[in-house]
Amino acid sequence: MRHRSWGRHLSAALLGTSLLVGAGGAMAQETIKVGILHSLSGTMAISETTLKDVMLMLVEEQNKKGGLLGKQLEAVVVDPASDWPLFAERARELIEVSGVSAVFGCWTSVSRKSVLPVFEELNNILFYPVQYEGEESSRNVFYTGAAPNQQAIPAVDYLMEEEGVERWVLEGTDYVYPRTTNKILEAYLIQKGVDPSDIDINYTPFGHSDWQTRVAAIKDFGSQGKKTAVVSTINGDANVPFYRELGNQGIEAQDIPVVAFSVGEEELAGIDTSPLVGHLAAWNYFMSVDTDENAEFIDAWHAYIGDDARVSNDPMEAHYIGFNMWVEAVEKAGTTDPDAVIDAMVGVAVPNLTGGLSAMMPNHHITKPVLIGEIQDDGQFDVVWETSGLVVGDEWSDYLEGSKDLIADWREPMACGNYNTATGSCGGTVGQ
Amino acid sequence: MIRFLILLLLGLLAWASPARAQEPDHRALVAALAEGGFSEKEAAIQAVAATGDPSLVAVLEAMGDGALYTRKSDGLVLIGEEDRRQITLIDPLTRETLETVGSREVERVRVNNRLRRALSAAIGAMTLLSPDPNVRSEAAQSVFRSADPEALETLDEALARESDDNVRARLEQARAAALLETDADLETKRAAIDVITARGDRDALSLLVALRASSEGELQEAAATGAAAIERRLKRWEIAQHITYGISLGSVLLLAAIGLAITFGVMGVINMAHGEMVMLGAYTTFVVQEAIRSYYPPLFDSSLFIAIPLAFLVTGIIGIAIERGIIRWLYGRPLETLLATWGLSLVLQQAVRSLFGPTNREVGNPSWMSGAIEIGALTITANRLWILVFSLAVFAALMLILKRTSFGLEMRAVTQNRQMAGAMGIRTGRIDAMTFGLGSGVAGLAGVALSQIDNVSPNLGQGYIIDSFMVVVFGGVGNLWGTLTGAMTLGIVNKFLEPYAGAVLAKILVLVFIILFIQKRPRGLFAQRGRAVEA
Repeated sequence: MRHRSWGRHLSAALLGTSLLVGAGGAMAQETIKVGILHSLSGTMAISETTLKDVMLMLVEEQNKKGGLLGKQLEAVVVDPASDWPLFAERARELIEVSGVSAVFGCWTSVSRKSVLPVFEELNNILFYPVQYEGEESSRNVFYTGAAPNQQAIPAVDYLMEEEGVERWVLEGTDYVYPRTTNKILEAYLIQKGVDPSDIDINYTPFGHSDWQTRVAAIKDFGSQGKKTAVVSTINGDANVPFYRELGNQGIEAQDIPVVAFSVGEEELAGIDTSPLVGHLAAWNYFMSVDTDENAEFIDAWHAYIGDDARVSNDPMEAHYIGFNMWVEAVEKAGTTDPDAVIDAMVGVAVPNLTGGLSAMMPNHHITKPVLIGEIQDDGQFDVVWETSGLVVGDEWSDYLEGSKDLIADWREPMACGNYNTATGSCGGTVGQ
Repeated sequence: MIRFLILLLLGLLAWASPARAQEPDHRALVAALAEGGFSEKEAAIQAVAATGDPSLVAVLEAMGDGALYTRKSDGLVLIGEEDRRQITLIDPLTRETLETVGSREVERVRVNNRLRRALSAAIGAMTLLSPDPNVRSEAAQSVFRSADPEALETLDEALARESDDNVRARLEQARAAALLETDADLETKRAAIDVITARGDRDALSLLVALRASSEGELQEAAATGAAAIERRLKRWEIAQHITYGISLGSVLLLAAIGLAITFGVMGVINMAHGEMVMLGAYTTFVVQEAIRSYYPPLFDSSLFIAIPLAFLVTGIIGIAIERGIIRWLYGRPLETLLATWGLSLVLQQAVRSLFGPTNREVGNPSWMSGAIEIGALTITANRLWILVFSLAVFAALMLILKRTSFGLEMRAVTQNRQMAGAMGIRTGRIDAMTFGLGSGVAGLAGVALSQIDNVSPNLGQGYIIDSFMVVVFGGVGNLWGTLTGAMTLGIVNKFLEPYAGAVLAKILVLVFIILFIQKRPRGLFAQRGRAVEA
């Protein structure tokens, strides 16, 4: 008896945690299926749920415009639950069981790495919307977020030129994106003539919440008579306590500015930003950008989600660009067959939300403007600087030993993700 | 002699003022603030500062606060007060309120950090003679940082007038900093270095290190000596700093663990849903603040006092429900308890995620919990100080309940010998439910406090569950004093390790330390008999 009731409780618990899969599998035949692979539960749900909503909105809008190739689009949503191996399973399920034509998804690099073999094996398409560390180019993946040269390097340039920063704290969460980005930045700074003793690199665990010691150490590091800045690749939840501690210990942006690569409008929504005014973020899009495309997008988003207080952010724009590119490539190819679409993608250009035209390059990265924004007291960013033109995403960093000779070009006849220009061969020193 | 000089200075000022009054086209100066790029704006700020006219301070302050606007219709630069997308425009010179317009009809004058620095230096130089000692002190502080030799004249004048000792010291320091930028003789500069060395904080250190790098000869030596003295002083404070950080981390651990010390420690239930009780407490705080924000904003500063009893009740009742619904059936089967409560924690997380959304929720700090207190070179942030006080208060209250109330007596009786307690007429089932409810309620209290330093998101509890178990096991299952000692020890050890080993390695080292310790003393610091031991 006791056993049975216990079993009931457990099954109730498990039922609550497993999530609904897909929306209507057995609908009419004539639809084009689009997979959405974002965590709706677990630690990453905080960032990824919004992207799922944006994708649903884009699919709905496209259907209102008459769909694609005369067919309606159908979104298939799965929940990989912030569990990296589960990403690969769910991706396989999307492609093999649901038969999707393309997948929009992933946030963390480790989830992308986990699904990469699946997409290459089953020859499908993944659109990856988040800024990442580079050092990768796959035929089956289109990277619509920023590569390091579209975010980190311009941000450092800005601090050097505009703020006269000479001492650098590279503060990150301990995983692959911060470690690779910091490696690139360190090489870049040293090349720019910064003394290695003027660079302090430190990593903290995921979700680090006790920042007292680190903030005091940053204060110490900053009191050596040289203008100091913090370059933050701190991820997700650890940011709020970090900024709070900065504010409480009285570090103001005008003394030691912090430029962050993972803090956007969505992350700031959880804090009172008045002590943070003046700290910086580098992105390719800000909600505050004043263009007609952006105003239209925000209005559509608010109408779709039914809440005027919701913000928009950079990865949302990346999905907007990626989805429109895919639509255009499918129309160009006249089919949703992945091979044809992959070939049609390169060279496709669609309007981004900052008033320009983003194009898909042969290395499967896109062109974007780089914006530096200052945090305002309303949780928005005010753009203080932007690149004069669009920047082409550089997948293999020019500042790292192993990758500076590599390029990717997926057009025939090269069709290679890591062509070594020094040896003239595909599949150089680093590679998939 | 000095008096004469001052008189002369004042005379000069008096003579200069009317001359200023003739030329100033203040309107043009203000208009220039909104023109061109950041470099042009910086020059315009300096031009305004050069007038020294205190009536222009408000314009600069507005600019720094982002409250300076250009009216699109006529290009006039005006001060604006924003209220829900409506901006009330005020003439910066006459202080007249002009009109209220929509935010689309004006354009905000953009500032960046470089301009903010220029602004605070300019405002500092212009407010050195303010009648308010706090403003003067702040002004001296800004001038110290900008070390602008142009401010020397005003500094001397301010010093001559100053009656407040604290402000005078600040002014002396600012004067010393500015003097170092001039080509004064070595003796004067040495005296200045002494004044700055006596200040002894990081700003002073920064200044001397910069001087050490840029000067040579005897001056460099003096700067090096001064910098070394400050560094020695800061080093001495470092240990105190580590201990305070450690105690603060310990108090957070104590709060997170103390509810678990009841449910796991006293009752022996491996409660994986403990973190979610903390999370629910934090969400209760959010709901309370949200209600206050929309119904009665002035109450905001006391929002935590309302949240504390509510959080205790909400999580306490949920705890009782969990005990009656699930855990009651699983006593004596730790593995099943672990799995069931773990599943429950996932259910609770997802429920909160569906109800409140996956994103962080904003829980504000009441004003009395913001900022920091400086003691010597020690910075203690107010929120952490209050959390320490709160955690000790919760600890004391729990001790009182356990040792001084009949409920506590019954609880201890049931824990130590269930059959005997039952035979004495204690309704053991009821006591189980109440005890679990108490532990959960205390976890809810922890949530109120943690909402002040951490994210309020569905994942809040996960970050604390491992640490909580660590503290309880290390301190000794079933003993509250053990939990207190355990939390403080782990906090302090962690904070001493962190600067040397880094946060990641420090955590690992602490874990290794606990594993070794448990090998040696399997029942923790303070071992006690309880149901867990019997089972």
